[in-house]
Amino acid sequence: MIEVENLSKIYELGGQKVPALNGVSFRIQKGEFVAIMGQSGSGKSTLMNLLGCLDLPSSGTYRLGDIDVRTLNSDQLAEVRNRRIGFVFQSFNLLPRSSALENTELPLLYSGTPDPQSKAREALAKVGLDTRARHKPNELSGGERQRVAIARAIVNNPAIILADEPTGNLDSKTGKEIMDIFSRLNQEGATLILVTHEQHVAQYAHRVIQMQDGLIVSDSVREKVC
Amino acid sequence: MLIWDLFKIALRSLRANKLRSFLTMLGIIIGVASVISMISLGEGARRQTLSTIAKFGTNIITVKPGEKKNRHVSTGKVETLMLRDADAIRNYVRNINGVAAQVYQNGQLKYGNKNSNSTVRGASADYVWIGNYQMKEGRFFTEEEVRSARKVCVLGATVVKNLFDGDNPVGKTLKVDGDNYLVIGTTVAKGALTWWDPDDQIFMPVTTAQKRLFGLKHIQSIDIQVKNMDDIETIKQDIEALLRRQHNLRQGEKNDFYVQNSAEWLNSWGKAAETFQFLLGGIATISLLVGGIGIMNIMLVSVTERTREIGIRIAIGAKKKEIRKQFLIESVLISFLGGSIGIGLGMLISRAASQMGGLETIVSLQSILLAFGFSVGIGIFFGLYPATKASNLNPIDALRYE
Repeated sequence: MIEVENLSKIYELGGQKVPALNGVSFRIQKGEFVAIMGQSGSGKSTLMNLLGCLDLPSSGTYRLGDIDVRTLNSDQLAEVRNRRIGFVFQSFNLLPRSSALENTELPLLYSGTPDPQSKAREALAKVGLDTRARHKPNELSGGERQRVAIARAIVNNPAIILADEPTGNLDSKTGKEIMDIFSRLNQEGATLILVTHEQHVAQYAHRVIQMQDGLIVSDSVREKVC
Repeated sequence: MLIWDLFKIALRSLRANKLRSFLTMLGIIIGVASVISMISLGEGARRQTLSTIAKFGTNIITVKPGEKKNRHVSTGKVETLMLRDADAIRNYVRNINGVAAQVYQNGQLKYGNKNSNSTVRGASADYVWIGNYQMKEGRFFTEEEVRSARKVCVLGATVVKNLFDGDNPVGKTLKVDGDNYLVIGTTVAKGALTWWDPDDQIFMPVTTAQKRLFGLKHIQSIDIQVKNMDDIETIKQDIEALLRRQHNLRQGEKNDFYVQNSAEWLNSWGKAAETFQFLLGGIATISLLVGGIGIMNIMLVSVTERTREIGIRIAIGAKKKEIRKQFLIESVLISFLGGSIGIGLGMLISRAASQMGGLETIVSLQSILLAFGFSVGIGIFFGLYPATKASNLNPIDALRYE
């Protein structure tokens, strides 16, 4: 599903080259639930941006399914993000003036999928928010907002879901609810990549990749603890 | 993403900042309103000029008394233009068809229990064809009737309608300022000009009007019809020379009369309209430009404010051109709405101008289309830079933007 080989990213800041990722390689199979862990500055966010096709690597290869991401132009990258990747962010990143339903519809509108409303309603039902479809983000609790974001991430049936600290802005109880939703989605077959620095969040994953200074320091499949 | 969805997004964003959106539109509103009223005024003036030419003809020279001046301030008309001046022109100036001396004032007309306040025009017998009138019933007065100052009159169509309910008034007696006059004819309606209705008047021999009605020794206007338009300048000079002699003016002394032909009069009138049009055109250009810059400014603010939204859209899969389209539609919507309001305002201004200034105005379809085209063009032109800026945002930075 995902093949990453010798992936590097070097940023140029004021003429100086700052390496953020120093050649990482791994594979992720369909249906896996992977946590990427590391301190801030370890390169996990950079890796996340590359996996999410928001940025292109300086060197190395990244294959997502049958696509070599490095060869794509910006429109093609947009299409990959739209159809194959679902994002869940720490700060939810919902459009404030749009209802839960409209937020969920958004990827379908960009892909031109017919009947976006009923598909968006289905996705909202999967996260248990079908009754609050008409509410705007500011009328929803933090947990509910993140569930809208998850609905938006899954509405296009993406190949992978990328979650960047999805519980970072939530209390532990709602954080657990969100992680339970992720677990359920994974059981239903979704491939999940979770970026976090919290051990108890990483526990939900089946495999943990530890990063430090732009390198993978450990990659271990763990026993399922639930 | 469908245009309709983008349109809804744009509308929602404008509604979220109602006052700001309205203020942004203001420049376009003023600009488009100026364009609309400018064009309608110009078109109205043009049509009026044409219809005036058609009604009165261009082959007319008019002599009017000069202004009485007291330390450069006009204090009225001099009273030196006489009936004998008109006779002299008729007798001595060549290449003319006819001469019509006139006096005119408003008079109180009364028939039975009906009243009207209309123009009373005392004129020579030739006035009927020089003034381009046609008889409907009866006849116009003769030179003999002018010479003997008979108390007869000919009625315009509006007077007939108001006082006689459209019945044939020939042979009836009409009271003019309390005195009895025999109606001997009526004229065919000419149709009203906006500032004056030529049918709301009665005609009588110039001598009758002078002596019996107004108590004037002088006359107020002489119309001369020339045979050939090419001779008009020579004839004007002849008239001027003749009248100077008649009035015993020494060399270097100023004329106590004006000689003008109708084309000149129309020209000066058209020039005034043109000046006004240029003025409005200037206002329109400047405010459209300023309005466009205002749109650009607000769109740049909007792009900055919504950096995060743009980041979200890009992350979710919006292509560059879709982001660009979204912001372009928003700026075009601002200018389009501004244009629509401006068109409404422009039509109101034209209507007000025609009611107050007595100036006919026509809001043509072309001017509306032109205004729409202009405003949409401005929306695209000034919206393109902010929209392109939005579409080139880096999603990673945009998502982190607070």
